[in-house]
Amino acid sequence: MTTTPAVTRTEPLKAKSRPGDRWFSGAALFAGSMILVTLAAVAIFLIVQSLPALFATNADASILPADFWSYVGPLVFGTVWAAALALIMAVPLSIGVALFISHYAPRRLAQALGYIVDLLAAVPSVVFGLWGIGVLAPAVQPVYSWLVDNAGWFPLFAGPVSSTGRTIFTAAIVLAVMVTPIITAICREIFLQTPNLHEEAALALGSTRWEMVRMAVFPFARSGIVSASMLGLGRALGETMAVAMVLSVSGGVTFALLTPDNPNTIAANIALSFPEAYGLNVNVLIATGLVLFVVTFAVNALARYIVSRRKEFSGAN
Amino acid sequence: MSTTTLTPTRPSVATDGLTNGRLPGWSPWVLLIGSLAVTFAAFGIMAGASGTGLNIAGAAVLGAILYLVLIFTISAIVEGRRKAVDRLVTGVVTAAFAVAMVPLVSVAITVVVAGAPNWTGEFFTSSMRNVVGEGGGALHAIVGTLLITLAAAVISIPIGIFTAIYLIEYGKDNRLAKGITFLVDVMTGIPSIVAGLFAYALFALFFGPGIRLGIVGAVALAVLMIPVVVRSTEEMLRLVPNELREAAYALGVPKWLTIAKVVLPTAIAGITTGVMLSISRVIGETAPLLITAGATASMNYDLFNGRMMSLPVFTYTQYMNQGIPAEAFVGRAWAAALALIVIVMVLNIVARVIAKLFAPKTGR
Repeated sequence: MTTTPAVTRTEPLKAKSRPGDRWFSGAALFAGSMILVTLAAVAIFLIVQSLPALFATNADASILPADFWSYVGPLVFGTVWAAALALIMAVPLSIGVALFISHYAPRRLAQALGYIVDLLAAVPSVVFGLWGIGVLAPAVQPVYSWLVDNAGWFPLFAGPVSSTGRTIFTAAIVLAVMVTPIITAICREIFLQTPNLHEEAALALGSTRWEMVRMAVFPFARSGIVSASMLGLGRALGETMAVAMVLSVSGGVTFALLTPDNPNTIAANIALSFPEAYGLNVNVLIATGLVLFVVTFAVNALARYIVSRRKEFSGAN
Repeated sequence: MSTTTLTPTRPSVATDGLTNGRLPGWSPWVLLIGSLAVTFAAFGIMAGASGTGLNIAGAAVLGAILYLVLIFTISAIVEGRRKAVDRLVTGVVTAAFAVAMVPLVSVAITVVVAGAPNWTGEFFTSSMRNVVGEGGGALHAIVGTLLITLAAAVISIPIGIFTAIYLIEYGKDNRLAKGITFLVDVMTGIPSIVAGLFAYALFALFFGPGIRLGIVGAVALAVLMIPVVVRSTEEMLRLVPNELREAAYALGVPKWLTIAKVVLPTAIAGITTGVMLSISRVIGETAPLLITAGATASMNYDLFNGRMMSLPVFTYTQYMNQGIPAEAFVGRAWAAALALIVIVMVLNIVARVIAKLFAPKTGR
């Protein structure tokens, strides 16, 4: 009679370590760490280069009116104001376009239409800048003069009207055109993820298509729409060339949309001033870039937070 | 005690047939064409009376508003409020799509009309060296764009793909992988001008202030490109079915060979698409190149020596620093914009075709 020897193994089974494996996993780990290093480097270099500017005065850097904060304040205002205007236009439009593609367009057309909207996202910003100056600004200028003449009592439309049409409102329109495809793409994905059973249940209860959208799609997609808008906001805050080309700048803080006196944005100001900057002025501009980085970082982090919270609670994924 | 007797009242209009109380299927189209015809006629008469041109945009907008009002009222009378609201929303949503198409069509038409006449042989064969007025071309900018983008791709594609491999194959949701995922998200949101400032600050530390090199621009573009590559590669690697990996392990294939010979080939089409889309994203970037690679009028084949022109910066400088005659500068700007848009569109379309043709069978 033979007994099978009992296999006794103290340490767990381990694969043989091959040089190929070690090299490959090492390379992957290195590449992953490079991301950490890069981002840390971005933060460190920006901070190091901008430290001298934070306490500079007009005597050190000719670009400053008095000190750094009085210089960056109006720029922050212009950045946020232009991006907010763009978002007010872009979000409803994007939700409409996304709804059209996901729930209203004929099924066969829907994917092609999605591609067309994605193409809009691929157009380089400098082309939008050219288009803004060459086509959009002259086209909207008559509307601006009409608005100033007939609705000038309203603070936003106060005169005098810009004769070129290159106002903050035109820049906001260009920004809206640029962020619309981004917001649309995310909204479309989320609308398509709505559980089919919810939609069919709503339709089976006799609701019209709009009532179905309102009762089944929107509650499901609300946080997704918010985070898509935040991502669009992040893009609008950092957009440079379109604003630099379209906006005719005077600086300062004003809410009037249609006048020739417009606040500048951080990104556009860097693009316009950097090529001729020297000495401490360069550090001042880098410091404004750091401010922009912090602002967009905060906006994006908030958007990601909303997305991750949605993943946990909605049960969609 | 009073009892209210409910006698079912039939709707006065619906007497027979299934389609009673509904608008016929053609009514929205007829209403739309009718309202557009009315507004265009009205605007045409006004234009004829005042001697100005026909205001097409105004007529179209008013026509659309007229249609929305008409369809809402008529539907509310015939079909009731709920149906009317539904039809109104359908109209509004379709209008939103039409509005979003306006800039795309307008940009496409403008760029082609303004750029195509300036697409001469000279434009593609000469630089701007010693050119003050007409003539000259963008060869130096095209070469610069190709070199800088190539360098950016060489930096970012290996890092991007290997990072994605780490996240999917090795990381398995450990803390480092989670941190990297978060930072990739952050990098996606970096404004392009900040990436340019970073690259400048990095090189200025070593080479002194005022540094302008092609390679600085490439580093800036790589910062923008890496997260896009990581994201798309990650998604594609996730799609590779686990059975394939397990089958390879069962045959005794080492992990790195499994990744190199099984996982990557399965996902290669999607990865290629992602890489091409990321290139098409950075090739049009203007702001980071403007502040890192600078602008020049001469050819420069050396990434590590001297300023380097690129197509977006060429477009920008030609338009913003117009000389005499201005038409020549504006014409060159539009021609460069057309070249840029053609490159981006070709990259996009080829990428999508690759994705469509070679999509991995995900298997169910």
